[in-house]
Amino acid sequence: MSVLTLDIVTRRRRRSGLGVLGWTSLAVVAVAVLLAIVGPVLRPFDPNLADLSFANVGAYGSHVLGFDGQGRDLLSRLMAGARTTLTGAAFVALVAIVAGSLIAVVTAWFGGVVDAFAAAVLDVLFAFPGILLAVVAAAILGPGLLSAGLALAVAYIPYVTRVLRGAALKERAMTYVAALEVQGFSAWRLCLRHLLPNISALIIAQGTIMFGFAMVDLAAISFLGLGVQSPQADWGVMISDGKSGLLQGYPLESLSAAVCIVAVVSAVTFLGERLEARAKESRR
Amino acid sequence: MTRFLARRTAMLVATMLVASFAIYGALYVSPGSPLSALTGNRPLPPEAKAQLEARYHLNEPFLVRYWHWLVSALHGDLGESIPLHENVSTLIGQRVGVTAGLVLLTSVIIVIAGVGLGILGALGKGLVDNGVLLASTVSAALPSFAAAVVLQFVVAVKLGWLPALGTGHGFADSLRHLLLPALALAATSVALVTRVTRAAVREETGREHVQTAVSRGLPWPSVVRRHVLRNAAIPITTVVGITIASLIALSAVVETAFGLNGLGAYLVQAAQNKDVAVVQGISLVLVLAFVLTNMLVDIAYAVLDPRLTLGGRAA
Repeated sequence: MSVLTLDIVTRRRRRSGLGVLGWTSLAVVAVAVLLAIVGPVLRPFDPNLADLSFANVGAYGSHVLGFDGQGRDLLSRLMAGARTTLTGAAFVALVAIVAGSLIAVVTAWFGGVVDAFAAAVLDVLFAFPGILLAVVAAAILGPGLLSAGLALAVAYIPYVTRVLRGAALKERAMTYVAALEVQGFSAWRLCLRHLLPNISALIIAQGTIMFGFAMVDLAAISFLGLGVQSPQADWGVMISDGKSGLLQGYPLESLSAAVCIVAVVSAVTFLGERLEARAKESRR
Repeated sequence: MTRFLARRTAMLVATMLVASFAIYGALYVSPGSPLSALTGNRPLPPEAKAQLEARYHLNEPFLVRYWHWLVSALHGDLGESIPLHENVSTLIGQRVGVTAGLVLLTSVIIVIAGVGLGILGALGKGLVDNGVLLASTVSAALPSFAAAVVLQFVVAVKLGWLPALGTGHGFADSLRHLLLPALALAATSVALVTRVTRAAVREETGREHVQTAVSRGLPWPSVVRRHVLRNAAIPITTVVGITIASLIALSAVVETAFGLNGLGAYLVQAAQNKDVAVVQGISLVLVLAFVLTNMLVDIAYAVLDPRLTLGGRAA
């Protein structure tokens, strides 16, 4: 996973408005989310209905994109894959963000030993790339979306925490926090009602960026055969399923799934970086 | 410098110690006996089971086994793969060359293409700069597995220029086989390095000391080389180091895609077969490579900017 958010590039952009790229990204994400939610109603055919006599046949009648290597309707599989792929990535981003915010706020609040201990643990975690952690998790818990998703979430926690901890520390040092503390407000109430809401813009931006990373990494793990298991439709699985067809000159299954992943990830990452730039700007 | 190196090495050893414990412990608690791969889940007669357990030290307490594993790992022995009856170090030795070659070739591509394009974009105007930006935006969004299928289809299947699968024999042939995987692995990183280089060089070119050098009448190429690039080298080194370190784990994806007989692809196979000793061994080697690369980046950083040495970078 590449961790550098390119704020050197994004910071200079104008603040107001989304621009053409922004609106395009928003539209791509909206379509993908819509497909994930209502796809089962819209899709023309059963994504798991295989007929080998149609293997790798191109566009044919109402089968707009034709068939995959096992004679299943490609468009229906792409639509079914949207749900699996987006749900998986959302799960990873959610777990990483919740755990990361919690650790960030707690370490920023208490400081001292708690902070040092957490920093040491996270440092060791930095030594495990997400993909490696997911492969090891598959060896322990068996392959599947759950083990891959949990491993990735754990691998992302240090990255999320690092960004949020800085913001939480700054917030902790504000005079209003000291003022509320003096008035006898409990730490719980202060953290939940004041500290967290004040860094929420950054949390949402981080969540969006992590969602993009998670989509790529989960697809890679499914591609390796350790995530979502074939025959369930998933964009990563479809790239891997389509590889034998690709080598025989039928690239549509692999390539269409790859295009879906690239389009959604680019859109999500673009929006996430814009959100982050905006959150950082307003904190300055 | 010595103190910095000593501190950094101590940190490395500590990280590896904890990481090795985590790797060994996590797979130790995994459900299912390591013997089941051998017996295919059939029940064994108690004597045979006891004999096998003694042979693979399965009957000893956890900490004793971890200690044995760690000490022999330090001597280069990573134990025995139970299903394959082979020494893990031998299995790793047969494959480490492919992975090292792949990561090395990819790094060369990243440095040459990334830094080169970045400088081109920063110093060029209009069309050149926009071309660089467009190319880096497209390739930044291309994950390694997607780049792999695209390259496989276009270059190998359609054009037939390079082989689509396999490792190859001999140096020249291996290089031919590694070229497409390396390009697929490099795609995202080249974009990242290009963008950081472009931004860093552009920032330096606008600084006062560069304008002073220009007004002193120094030739532009030497201003770029001696005044711009030397100062821009720090952020560039950082991003190059981070991306190269991230290649180590990602190589598994590309190796699987191109059917390369490397460590990463083998790790994935071993995970599917629950070959615990192999998963432990390769994970340890990959984590070590990852941590070592990060340490080299920190050292390069200190060499490039001596001001940073004494305090040390926040770890």
